[in-house]
Amino acid sequence: MAAGCSHPGGPATGKGLSAEEAAFQKHLQEEFLDAKPGTVIEIPAGHHALDRVLTLRANGVTIRGEGTEQSVLSFKNEISGPEGILVYGNDFVIENLSIEDTKGDGLKINDGENITIRGVRVAWTGGPKTTNGAYGIYPVKSRNILIENSSSWGAADAGIYVGQSVNVIVRNCHAEQNVAGIEIENTINADVHDNLATGNTGGILVFNMPNLSQPGHSTRVFHNKVLKNNLANFAARGAAVASVPAGAGVVVNSNSKVEIFDNDIADNQTANLIISAYFSTNYYNKPGIDPNYDPYPRAIYVYDNRFSGGGDAPDGLDLKTLKLAMFGLNGHFPDILWDGYRDEKNLINGVPPADERICIRNGSVSVLNADGPHKYKSPSTDMAAYQCELPKLSPVELPARG
Amino acid sequence: MKRAFRAPCLVRAAGALVLLAALGGCARAPQPVHYFAEGRPAHLSDWQVVFRDRGRLALNARVVPYDLTTPLFSDYAHKLRTLYLPPGSSARYDATQTFDFPVGTIITKTFYYPRGSDAATSVSRTYDQSRDFAGEGLDLSRVRLIETRLLVRRAHGWEALPYVWNAQQTDAELARTGDEVALELLADDGSREAFTYVVPNENQCAGCHVTDLKTKAIAPIGPKARHLNRDYAYAAGTQNQLEHLAKLGYLTGLPAPAEVPRNANWRDSAAPLEARARAYLDVNCGHCHNPKGPADTTGLTFDVATPVDRHLGLCKPPVAAGRGTGDHLFDIVPGHPDDSILPFRLASREPGVMMPEQGRATVHREGLELIREWIAALPGECGV
Repeated sequence: MAAGCSHPGGPATGKGLSAEEAAFQKHLQEEFLDAKPGTVIEIPAGHHALDRVLTLRANGVTIRGEGTEQSVLSFKNEISGPEGILVYGNDFVIENLSIEDTKGDGLKINDGENITIRGVRVAWTGGPKTTNGAYGIYPVKSRNILIENSSSWGAADAGIYVGQSVNVIVRNCHAEQNVAGIEIENTINADVHDNLATGNTGGILVFNMPNLSQPGHSTRVFHNKVLKNNLANFAARGAAVASVPAGAGVVVNSNSKVEIFDNDIADNQTANLIISAYFSTNYYNKPGIDPNYDPYPRAIYVYDNRFSGGGDAPDGLDLKTLKLAMFGLNGHFPDILWDGYRDEKNLINGVPPADERICIRNGSVSVLNADGPHKYKSPSTDMAAYQCELPKLSPVELPARG
Repeated sequence: MKRAFRAPCLVRAAGALVLLAALGGCARAPQPVHYFAEGRPAHLSDWQVVFRDRGRLALNARVVPYDLTTPLFSDYAHKLRTLYLPPGSSARYDATQTFDFPVGTIITKTFYYPRGSDAATSVSRTYDQSRDFAGEGLDLSRVRLIETRLLVRRAHGWEALPYVWNAQQTDAELARTGDEVALELLADDGSREAFTYVVPNENQCAGCHVTDLKTKAIAPIGPKARHLNRDYAYAAGTQNQLEHLAKLGYLTGLPAPAEVPRNANWRDSAAPLEARARAYLDVNCGHCHNPKGPADTTGLTFDVATPVDRHLGLCKPPVAAGRGTGDHLFDIVPGHPDDSILPFRLASREPGVMMPEQGRATVHREGLELIREWIAALPGECGV
């Protein structure tokens, strides 16, 4: 309803929408309501203020703007949401537009199949803030997902976050000023390549969380640039990524079958690569965690990356103290930091089974086993344990799409 | 006893609605409920289920009012719920799921407030409904109607249609894209709270009423055995609602009373705290937070069948809460409501933090207090 039609006590617009903006929103909402397979919803050029989530519940719909600079949907004055665009549908394409300043997630896609996100920019324009929405681009419990040429700025959890999904490609994307730049969580078969993650707290994360619908495995992280992810962690305490230290390049937590190769990983001041177990997150407790949850990283294969810089200013008292004790004031951690947690019940002659090891074939790169299980008492840089190979994972293949 | 009713005194002239009630009577014969098998009628009055009749919102013949043992909180709105089934048809009883209603069923829910005592613009924040009614309808000199939502059972499934009442309170108009109404709540103690009442759009209706993400089908939430198993003061006298529906022929297969589940009334201080809290969480959260619902991404369930363990949030780390954690580590810390995420999110009115995500713009003080009391009384510890 136009602002001019409001009257005391009667229907009124929310804070801040002009009559034109309210009319635009109404028209756009109607397009979302009426969408059916084959519908293309065009977002014209312009900066469009909206105050309510756009929800889509049809299959086979395309949402198309005229470019990330041209077609901008702004949710700065959102009163009902909390997402910007919320999609429950298969065969979905969204491209060439921006979503700004949502109260919650920017773009959330729940339970979809064949999802294409191309040229979408999600941003919180006030820069990194704890009060920003959690996720920028957020497909969850979905299958066959392509995210390309997209970007996220300022997410208070993860910029590009794929959760509990199967068959995923994230490529040619840009993540900056988020707590986590790109995060693959509880997901099976993901290829993350040719992305730039810089200026986040952590660059690229591959995590498994407890109590969810599926444990993830089989993620390949390759040919990315993961640079200078040294932003102070601004996630709310308790959020999944709140435990990530600032200065983390690539982080593998509790996940398995992760292959990290051919990346440029540089100047991440805690460590360029961190491999850790759920115990290092501080959230572990017996009653609250599914007893079948596997908290250990297994079958992690790191090879042929180009590491440089970093490790010189770790975040958090424990790591600062450890660095000082082992490498001195002007020294730095090795490129790879492992918290040292391993499944003691599963060792054969003191080492994990061949197909569950951390294997590193990366020239002269070294690893610090921080000995987290013993409160960092006996850290080690002995490389012998990582001299192994793992079978390489297959590329992710997505069904042909339009 | 057959209930007397009045037909709506509406005629259309040159496309405009004209209310004849003020002219002192209705010359036309009562019209039955009009079920539209398809399409979206522009006016609530087109359906003839509930309608303005002189000074009241009246119910047509065959339209049965009902209440829930514990209702969803909606910004302190009062609700008049009605059920209509086509002649000769009936719904089939189910112990846990929404009853299987026949094609042609129309469920309405009218959201309204008692008018504030001081001015035309404020509405009352009260649980007292005793002054709302005129017979089985609503007394419009005492209440202000905001919206009436319809759930219509069509051949292909349920559809949701939101109607917003006009300022004159003569009819409600279809509002597919929702609406926003500026209101001010006036409490008994004189305190005031201004807020924007948000009428959901059709897709947001589905945000609650799609309780199974696989079928993606819209379904009523309230008409389940455990929610309906209570008394209602009908015009003909007070009776258990399920027995009343069975007697009318609206419901088949109703078992003996002892076998019918019943949620507690969350406001009944004589009921066990646990039962009151679980009833509250079931109806306010369980439509999304159930093993098949849209919030199954979180590993957190609040439907009445959830065991009292991590599935209900005990010591469970959040998954995708963002700043909704309020800096707390776990959804529920037994004995410690101040350290628990759940009451933090119930206490917020900020999108992105608050739960439920939609359907409210105010904090439900009394509901929040109940959940805090329940958490404070929960035994055990997380042992971090």
